Amino acid sequence: MIPEIGHFALVLALVIALVQSVFPILGTVTNNAQWVAMAKPTARAQLLFMSIAFACLVISFLDSDFSVRYVANNSNTLMPTIYKVSAVWGAHEGSLLLWGLILSVWAALVSIFSKGISAVMLARVLSVMGMIGVGFLLFMLLTSNPFERLFPIPAEGRTLNPLLQDPGLAIHPPMLYMGYVGFSVAFAFAIAAMLGGKLDAAWARWARPWTNVAWVFLTIGIALGSWWAYYELGWGGWWFWDPVENASLMPWLVGTALIHSLAVSEKRAAFKSWTVLLAIFAFSLSLLGTFLVRSGVLTSVHAFASDPERGLFILIFLVLVVGSSLVLYAIRAPKLRSTGTFSVISREVGLLVNNVVLVAMTATVLLGTLYPLFIDALGMGKISVGPPYFNTLSLPLGIVLFSAMGFGLFLRWKKDKPERLFAKVRWVLLLALIIAFLVPILFMESFTVKAALGVFLASWVSLTALLWVQEQGRSPFKLPLAIWGAAIAHIGMAVTVAGISLTSMYSVEKDVRLDKGETYEMAGYLFAFNGVEKVQGPNYIAQRGEIVITRKGEAIATLHPEKRNYGQGTMPMTEAGIDGGFFRDLFVALGEPLGEQAWSLRLYHKPVVNWIWLGAALMSLGGFLAAFDKRYRMVRRRSQKLTPKQSDALAATATKQEVTA
Amino acid sequence: MKKGAIIPLVIFAVLVAFLAIGLGLKPREVPSPFIDKAVPEFSLPKLMQEGQTISPADLKGQVWMLNVFASWCVSCRAEHEVLSRFIRTEKVPVLGLNYKDEPSDAKKWLAALGNPYQHIAVDYDGKAGIDLGVYGVPETFVVDKKGIIRHKVTGPVYEETVRDTLLPLILKLREEQG
Amino acid sequence: MRALLLSCLCTVLLLGAVNAQAEADALTFKTAESEADYNALINELRCLVCQNQNLAGSDADLAKDLRAQVYDMVESGQSRSDVVDYMVTRYGDFVLYRPAFKLKTVLLWLGPVVFLLLALWFVIRWVRKQPAKPVETLNETQRETVRDLLDKHK
Repeated sequence: MIPEIGHFALVLALVIALVQSVFPILGTVTNNAQWVAMAKPTARAQLLFMSIAFACLVISFLDSDFSVRYVANNSNTLMPTIYKVSAVWGAHEGSLLLWGLILSVWAALVSIFSKGISAVMLARVLSVMGMIGVGFLLFMLLTSNPFERLFPIPAEGRTLNPLLQDPGLAIHPPMLYMGYVGFSVAFAFAIAAMLGGKLDAAWARWARPWTNVAWVFLTIGIALGSWWAYYELGWGGWWFWDPVENASLMPWLVGTALIHSLAVSEKRAAFKSWTVLLAIFAFSLSLLGTFLVRSGVLTSVHAFASDPERGLFILIFLVLVVGSSLVLYAIRAPKLRSTGTFSVISREVGLLVNNVVLVAMTATVLLGTLYPLFIDALGMGKISVGPPYFNTLSLPLGIVLFSAMGFGLFLRWKKDKPERLFAKVRWVLLLALIIAFLVPILFMESFTVKAALGVFLASWVSLTALLWVQEQGRSPFKLPLAIWGAAIAHIGMAVTVAGISLTSMYSVEKDVRLDKGETYEMAGYLFAFNGVEKVQGPNYIAQRGEIVITRKGEAIATLHPEKRNYGQGTMPMTEAGIDGGFFRDLFVALGEPLGEQAWSLRLYHKPVVNWIWLGAALMSLGGFLAAFDKRYRMVRRRSQKLTPKQSDALAATATKQEVTA
Repeated sequence: MKKGAIIPLVIFAVLVAFLAIGLGLKPREVPSPFIDKAVPEFSLPKLMQEGQTISPADLKGQVWMLNVFASWCVSCRAEHEVLSRFIRTEKVPVLGLNYKDEPSDAKKWLAALGNPYQHIAVDYDGKAGIDLGVYGVPETFVVDKKGIIRHKVTGPVYEETVRDTLLPLILKLREEQG
Repeated sequence: MRALLLSCLCTVLLLGAVNAQAEADALTFKTAESEADYNALINELRCLVCQNQNLAGSDADLAKDLRAQVYDMVESGQSRSDVVDYMVTRYGDFVLYRPAFKLKTVLLWLGPVVFLLLALWFVIRWVRKQPAKPVETLNETQRETVRDLLDKHK
């Protein structure tokens, strides 16, 4: 019964989405106020039915209802409850349902927190989001129904891929989808603004907090995936430039450009058409990612599905959504003339450099990811493009970006003087250089140029961020959240880059053969191997090793790396033993048995590797703070007393009272 | 920036065209770099005749096929009937490469399913396979009279493969000079 | 600007290959150099039977065999390019994660350079092409609204 209800809820959601897509926007054209007013209730009804459908799927998993094919393929009775729930989005059909649910959540939130947006604008925004919902619902109902039945009903299901039976990876897709789908809000605002023909600062102000929050979620999602890869896959790596990983990175890069560009469009009547284009790009890349992951067009360990038929559906959807938005852009572009003027040395130019470098990085990642496809499609054979390519090219682009990041915070709007700038930053530059030389020498074994470069850029960005906060003049606690947000986010990026440079250059890895009772010394630590024993888990059997780590006689940690077998033809899983720390990780993974009591083991010493994800956490915090800056809340409060027309007019003026953030 | 506004649309259209073509491609299939090149040399012990060795040179002057197989390979079992029938009907000499297999297992397998091979080479450690660029089992190479590899089939040989590719090719190669 | 100078001075360097190994092989090497060569090679060679993994990260049989092959070659004193040639002869360019610089990969390797140059050219062009129009001023309705609000919230 429950699966039927779920299926029916999806159908109803589709009908509502169709109404949501058609009537409000038609109402803006025919001046039908009632139709325009349908936007809010349909968006909220959509959320209701998507929630019902999602709940039905969750219940089916919790009940282990194997008459539902999707449940039978991804779950079994022995799995811990938490993974029965995360299995809901563990494969293609369920993850689509999650996508659709999250889309309805964002649309409903927009419908709630929209006081002050004119009804006409809101109608357009929600209609566009409704259209996207129609696409996903049709995709589900026509090709990928999560509630499809299975007959005869098996007594036991298969299993969720053991790789996914992990708390980090359980939450990773919802975070990512909150990000991908969140960019649809900015996209919808951009479309609505273009349709309205009036691209003043209002749309940027409305779109900005939504975009910031979406960006935060995407940052968290990517960081979780990377961290998981590190501790779960057992090879000490955390980013492989796999097509699916790149598919998440590209919207993030453009999203970063977008949040900066929105700042300009909001505060200055500049970058109007550029910001609109970025909003289109960000969401288009989210959709492109959906295509790449599910169509089988690229080979990836992460691919959800490799079904060209489904791929065709998504491609058509992509053409409709992105194609029509770019056509609209081409038509409306003449109207989007920016009127602000600014000189070469100005904050506008700094942000523009930020934007174009990020777009260049995105283009590079896209080129590398799709190049094998281009070559194959042209009949020129098969090539591979992997980490060596991407790593090599990130470097120059990253250097340009980071160099600009430091200057960017200080630049004044419209016109700034180079002398003032250098007067401010010359001490910072000197300090950063000193740190860059000292850190590798003092804390690491040897000096390498690459590490020094990474530390230099990281110090440069962090110190300028701190200096910028200090130069605001007021007490730090009285500063607006937007300032803190920006500073913390920039520092977060710096911390990540420092972590990446230092860990890439100074990680030590050794594969050793140890007998029970033998020891090995590495990086100043003594690793003692105490053998391996068999252990039974809830749905797996494991070989569990014990490693005792000491340093100069002092006990540091006891680690228990495991090799787990989940049965049913799955690959054995390596669970590494990790002693995590702020300054270093000690990492042990079991290899293979090499005799009676001997095993091959992999030992790692990874300095500051956790800074990579700590930096991402800081970036997320920064973005979050910026989104909740009181001027967004104040506009909402203030605007409750205004008519929408008045508040649009108000928003269109760039007030001097606000800080230069 | 008026005319420039159409550039994103154009780039998008080109991208979509490639993606659409991409839907029809097989990204995991790796073409052989040995097409139109001499078949790599090897000299391996024969499975059926103890103490003897076989090498591609022994088959020069005829049009022949090399089929990589193993008793542990499920797809090999699937293609066996089609392949055997083709070999019998067209009288194609085939050198079977027993890849990373136990000779005793291979013999049992052939005894159960039938032995269509003229010769069988034992590639126990897979070295010859690497030299041939073998990455999956089964694989089938078509070699001409001069010892040049002219075609490679990755994966099992199906009826369509025989009908549309192998048969016409074998006939064509037989017309050529040795 | 200093930013540009800095980026010109720095040569394009490999940002340290991601270290990955499937199961611990516990190999011993004659020299540190051969160990470095081995690790670099197994990270940059692709596993043909996997869904996008390098030889280092794969547990597949063929990956094990190829790793052993790389080990043998490296220990017998052969250079990285020898090993690369060996693999490419047998498996084609597909096996290289670092695409060879050939005619068909020219766009791939030079594309990003072009992107960056285009990006900077775009900025310069934008700054130069400033519109001569004056800054937008408020119309009468907007002025009134602002006046009312300022009065209300004084």
